[in-house]
Amino acid sequence: MSETSAFVIFFAAIFTNNILLTNFLGMCSFIACSGQISTSLGLGTAVTFVMTMTTMLNYIIYHFVLVRLGLEHLTFIIFIAVIAAFVQFVEMFVERFSPKLYFALGIFLPLITVNCAILGASLFMIIRKYSFFQSVGFGLGAGIGWAVAIVLLAGLRQKMRYSNIPEPFQGVPIAMIVTGVLAMAFMGFAGMVSIQ
Amino acid sequence: MADNKQMVCMTCEPKGLCGGKGLLTLKEGAWANNPLAIQVLGICSALAVTNRLENSLVMGAALIFVCVGSNLLVSLLRKVTPYRFRMIAEVAIIATFVILFDQFLKAFYWDMSKQLGPYVGLIITNCIVMGRAEAFALQNPPVLSMVDGLANGLGYAVVLAIIGFFRELLGAGEILGREVPGFSSWYTPNQLMILAPGAFFALGIVIGIFNWIKGPEPEEKK
Repeated sequence: MSETSAFVIFFAAIFTNNILLTNFLGMCSFIACSGQISTSLGLGTAVTFVMTMTTMLNYIIYHFVLVRLGLEHLTFIIFIAVIAAFVQFVEMFVERFSPKLYFALGIFLPLITVNCAILGASLFMIIRKYSFFQSVGFGLGAGIGWAVAIVLLAGLRQKMRYSNIPEPFQGVPIAMIVTGVLAMAFMGFAGMVSIQ
Repeated sequence: MADNKQMVCMTCEPKGLCGGKGLLTLKEGAWANNPLAIQVLGICSALAVTNRLENSLVMGAALIFVCVGSNLLVSLLRKVTPYRFRMIAEVAIIATFVILFDQFLKAFYWDMSKQLGPYVGLIITNCIVMGRAEAFALQNPPVLSMVDGLANGLGYAVVLAIIGFFRELLGAGEILGREVPGFSSWYTPNQLMILAPGAFFALGIVIGIFNWIKGPEPEEKK
């Protein structure tokens, strides 16, 4: 596992091991915010950025603080605190220095704290015993993979507005089923590269 | 399940917890406002762990435990928590209960803990728990909050069990790892149901059926 290069992990995280379509993480905002392509693009960008940074931070904290002190059982609470603090920090920073970007990303940032894909990426990194560069590759890849998936679904849902769907299946259920088809399409990448 | 309890409780005189509010809360959480099927919250874990019935049951139990525990604690502390810090307090409380359950699984059911992987930890970001703490436990007394946590946990667990049952049945031709007499002999398992797409199809169909039973008014039309 530890020999796989960071580059391979990066591609695998986008295509074969897409964090959304194979690990089902980040579903809540995925369903809620996939109405429009522009919205989903903003959210996707924000998630990619936060995910890359928090995997990096959490890697450092886990291996240099928690393991040294033997406090691994506090992993969850520390990780979620790091993510919340980081998101808060980014929000203040962006608001101060780039109001334009703030308005583009602003509303999505607080949402990201509770996006399970972010916490999930950090937990996967620990469970799969990645090295530092592998973690960065994984965080970036997983973020991009998530963004690709949500933009694709947003595109599909925009088209679906004109189709005639049975009443009980309108809205969320049909989005689920379409995601299933999307996941099936992504299964076509299986075998190209693989990570554990 | 919820209907059964309701019938039993309806017959006795409305008194104390059981009558009136407690009952209403239970029904609301487990059926009318089912967190998974009606409000569509916390679907990440619902999709990920339902490839086998056993996993689904454990996950359901985990959520009931965390939901009841965190609702109780949030409700007990609701008068002393400053409003501005309530979010961080809620997250800390929820994380504590999740860690408890995770350590319990690791100590006594190592295989199960391995299979569920990161999804136990991800209960922290499960919107159901957070949502109930925020929307219910902050305004209501402890016991009622516990009932609410139980109801929502139950609603989640039942839907999870339904999905897990069908995915294992159709995907592996088995129930709880055992063959089903009269079914497994002729049925060819469809691997797709165990893999990711099957999860999406199953949940989509279950939500659709819930909407259909509930009546023609669609929950949300965007």
